[in-house]
Amino acid sequence: MERRDFLKKCIMVIAGASVPLSALTLVDPKKVLAANPSIQWAFLVDTTKCVGCGFCVKACKTENDIPLNANVTRTWVERYVYTKDDRRYVDSPKGALDGYTDARIDLGKGEFKEIDKDNVGKAFFVPKLCNHCASPACTQVCPVGATYKADNGVVLVDRKWCIGCGYCIMACPYAARFFHPVLKVADKCTFCYHRLSKGLDSACVNACPFGARKMGNIHDKNDPITQIIMNERVGVLKDEFGTKPQAFYIGLAQEVR
Amino acid sequence: MYSYHRKSNEAEWANQPAKYGTTGREKLHEFCAECHGDVVKIRTEKLHGTIPCENCHGPVLNHPEKPEKLDVDRSRELCLRCHTNLPYTTSERKRIPGIDPKTHNTGAVCVSCHNPHNPSLEGMK
Amino acid sequence: MVGQIAQHAMEVHGEAWTIKELFTLPNEEIYWSIQIVMYPFMTGLVAGAFVLSSLYHVFGIEKLKEIARFSLVFSFALLPVAMMPLLLHLQQPFRGIHVMMTPHFTSAIAAFGFVFSTYGCIVATELWLVYRKYFVQTALELKAMKNRGTIDNLRCLLFAALTLGAWDISDEAVEKDHKACKIMAGIGIPVACFLHGYAGFIFGSVKANALWMTPLMPVIFICSAVVSGVALCILCYVVVQEIRKFMARRKIARWAKDVNAPTVDQLEGAKHEEVMIASNYLMYFMIAALTLEILDLIFRGYTQVKSWDILREVIMERDFTKIFVMQYGLGNILPFLIMVLPGRTVRRTTIATILVLFGVFMMRYNVVIGGQAFSLSFAGFMDYELPIIPHNIETYKEGLLGALTVAATPFVLFYFINKVMPAFLKEEEPTH
Repeated sequence: MERRDFLKKCIMVIAGASVPLSALTLVDPKKVLAANPSIQWAFLVDTTKCVGCGFCVKACKTENDIPLNANVTRTWVERYVYTKDDRRYVDSPKGALDGYTDARIDLGKGEFKEIDKDNVGKAFFVPKLCNHCASPACTQVCPVGATYKADNGVVLVDRKWCIGCGYCIMACPYAARFFHPVLKVADKCTFCYHRLSKGLDSACVNACPFGARKMGNIHDKNDPITQIIMNERVGVLKDEFGTKPQAFYIGLAQEVR
Repeated sequence: MYSYHRKSNEAEWANQPAKYGTTGREKLHEFCAECHGDVVKIRTEKLHGTIPCENCHGPVLNHPEKPEKLDVDRSRELCLRCHTNLPYTTSERKRIPGIDPKTHNTGAVCVSCHNPHNPSLEGMK
Repeated sequence: MVGQIAQHAMEVHGEAWTIKELFTLPNEEIYWSIQIVMYPFMTGLVAGAFVLSSLYHVFGIEKLKEIARFSLVFSFALLPVAMMPLLLHLQQPFRGIHVMMTPHFTSAIAAFGFVFSTYGCIVATELWLVYRKYFVQTALELKAMKNRGTIDNLRCLLFAALTLGAWDISDEAVEKDHKACKIMAGIGIPVACFLHGYAGFIFGSVKANALWMTPLMPVIFICSAVVSGVALCILCYVVVQEIRKFMARRKIARWAKDVNAPTVDQLEGAKHEEVMIASNYLMYFMIAALTLEILDLIFRGYTQVKSWDILREVIMERDFTKIFVMQYGLGNILPFLIMVLPGRTVRRTTIATILVLFGVFMMRYNVVIGGQAFSLSFAGFMDYELPIIPHNIETYKEGLLGALTVAATPFVLFYFINKVMPAFLKEEEPTH
C-alpha cells in the first residue's frame, strides 16, 4: 500500500467513525411525543406543614380500597424525634392511619419508649408515598410488564397481569409497594389516577387540612406547584439510587431516608 | 419506559369511581355548599375551615341518593389526631391546642362539649 | 372493585413470619422467604450436578464415568424442582406462565423460563444420547419376548417411543452418539453456569438492597452452586451404592437373577476411587467460593459505605451464629478440614458432603433472609421465624413443610427416572 493510499483510507475511516450512531437512527415520532407529553405529574410534600394527623392515610385507604386494618398502606407519615442528648427516634405505627395520639415512640415488638417532655429537641413529621420515579426500579424488574409508567408519569400496576413474584417490592428503595391483602397482587400509590383523570385532587391532597401535600404538572411552567419546585429549595429521597424521584420535599433532614 | 404493557389497563384505572368529592383546602367545600351552603359558610370562616368536610363526614360517593345520610365520625379518636398534646415545639403541631387524652374528660366524646363547626372556646355548648 | 373489599382486620403477606423491631417502614415484611432460599439452592444443585457429569463427558476424566452418568440422571430429576419454589412463592401461581408469554427482558427473572427450558432441553438431549442404545436394546428384547403381559406391552411401547425411531445401534452410530453427547455437554456447561450465575444476578442487581447489590453475586452463586451440586452427587452416589451393596449381600432384586451383577467388592472398589476424585473437585470449588465470599465481606467492611453500619450489625451481631458458625464454620471450614487431613476415607468424605450441603443452604439463607433482615430506613430490623406448623396454605407453602416438599421431590423423581434410565448401567465396551 502506498503512503498516499494509506492516508486516504485513514481519513475515510476517521470520517466514518465520527458520524455518531444516533445520527443514523430513524426518529420515531411517537417516542418524541411520549418524551414530552403535556402532562407530567409530580408531588410536593411540605414537611414543615405536616402535623401528623394521618387524615391522608385514612383517606387514601378508603379511596383506594386498602383494608384499613391491614398493616400495609400506599402512603404513610413518619415521626422523627431528636432528644437534646442527641438520640434519634423514628416511628410510624400503622403508617399513622390513626394519627399520633401518643407521645411514646413505638419500638416494635410491643415496646414503647417514653421520652421526657423537656428532653425533646427537634421533632417533625414526614409524609411518604410512591415517588413515581422518572426511571423506576420497579418497572424495570417486572418480568411480565404488569407494572409500567404511564405517559403522564404515573407508575401503575396491572392487577390482571401481575403474577405476584414480589420482585418490584424488593426493587423499590422506598418500600412504597406491598401485596394487596385481598387481591394478592402488587399494589402501590397511583397518585389516585382515577381522580386525576376526572380533574380531582388525589385523595391525600384533598384530605390534608394543612396543605402539606400538593400535586402539580411539572410540564406546565405556570402551575403553582411547578413554580415552587422550580424556585424553592426542594429535595428528594434517596437520590443515590438514580431513580429520579418525582416527589419533592420541602424541609428534609439527613435522617429522613 | 422499559418495554410494553397492557394499554387498556390505564383506562381501567382511570374509570374507577372516585369516593371523595372536592372538599379539600384548594376547592373550599364547593361540592357540599351546593346543598348545605349555610353550614359550610359558617364553617369556612371559623378555625376548622381548612378541614375538608369529608374528613369527618365520610366519602360523598353517590350521596345524596345512596347513602341518603353520611356516616359521621364523631369519635374522640378523630379529634385526637390533631388535638393530642405532643411536646414538639419545632413542628406545626405547636400551633394546635392540645390536651392529654388520659386526663382530659376520659371516656367522653369531644362533640358533647365542643362544637366541631365552631370550635372556639366561647362557642362551647 | 369499590366497596367489595371488606374493611376488617386481615393478615398481610409476610406478617406471619416477620418480627419487626425499631423503625421499619410500614410496608416492609420479609416478602421473600424460605421458598426463595430453596430456589437458588435447588438451581445450584441442578447446575452443579450437571457440571460434575460434564467433567467426564467433555474433559474425558475417565475415572468419573460412573458418577458422571449418575449425576446426569440426577440433575434431570432435579430440573423440575428448580421451578417449584418459584411457583410456590408466587402470589398468583396460575399466572406464572405470563413470564413466558409476555417476557420483559429488562427484568432479570423474565429470561429465567427460557434459560431454564434451554438447559432442560440440553440435559434431555444428552440423556437421550447416552441412553439411546439402552432404549433400543430394551425395546428389541421386549419385542422378542413371547407372551408379554400388559406391563411388558406398556414398557415395550414406552421404550420404542423413547428411541424416537432411531433404531441403529451399529458401532458407528453409537460412536456418533458419543460425539454429539460431548458437544451437548460442552454447550451445557456455559448454559448451566449461566442458569445459576443468572440466579445470582437476580439478587445482585437489586440496587435497593444493600446486602445483595454486588457484582460478585453471580460468581459467588456459580461457585457455591458447583460445590453444592458435587457434594449432593457424591452423597447420593455413596448412599445409592450402599443400598446396592446391601441388596447384593442379601441377593435381592437384580442380584437374585442376574449372575453378571457386580459383587460387593467390585462396588466398594469403584465407589472409593470415584468419590476421592470427585471430592478433589469439590475442594477446588470450595476454595473459590469461600475466597469470593470473604472478599465481598472484607470489601464491605473496608469501604464502609452508608449501609455498612446496619450491615455490620446484621452480619457481626444479629446473624453471627448463622453466618460465621453455621455457614463458614460448620459448612465450610469443618468439612474442608475433614477432607484435607491425611487418610481421607469415603465415610469421612460423606460426612463432609453433608456439612457442605448444609453450609451452602445456610449461605443461600443468609443471603436471601439476611438481605431482608434490616429495614430500608437503616434504622430497624426484621426477624424471620420459619413457620413450622402451618395454619393456612400460605404458612404451608412458605414454611418448613413447603421447603421439605421441595427438597424431597427430586428423590421421588429420581426413583421413577431411574426405572427408565438406570443410572448404574454397565456397558460392555469402553466408550471413549
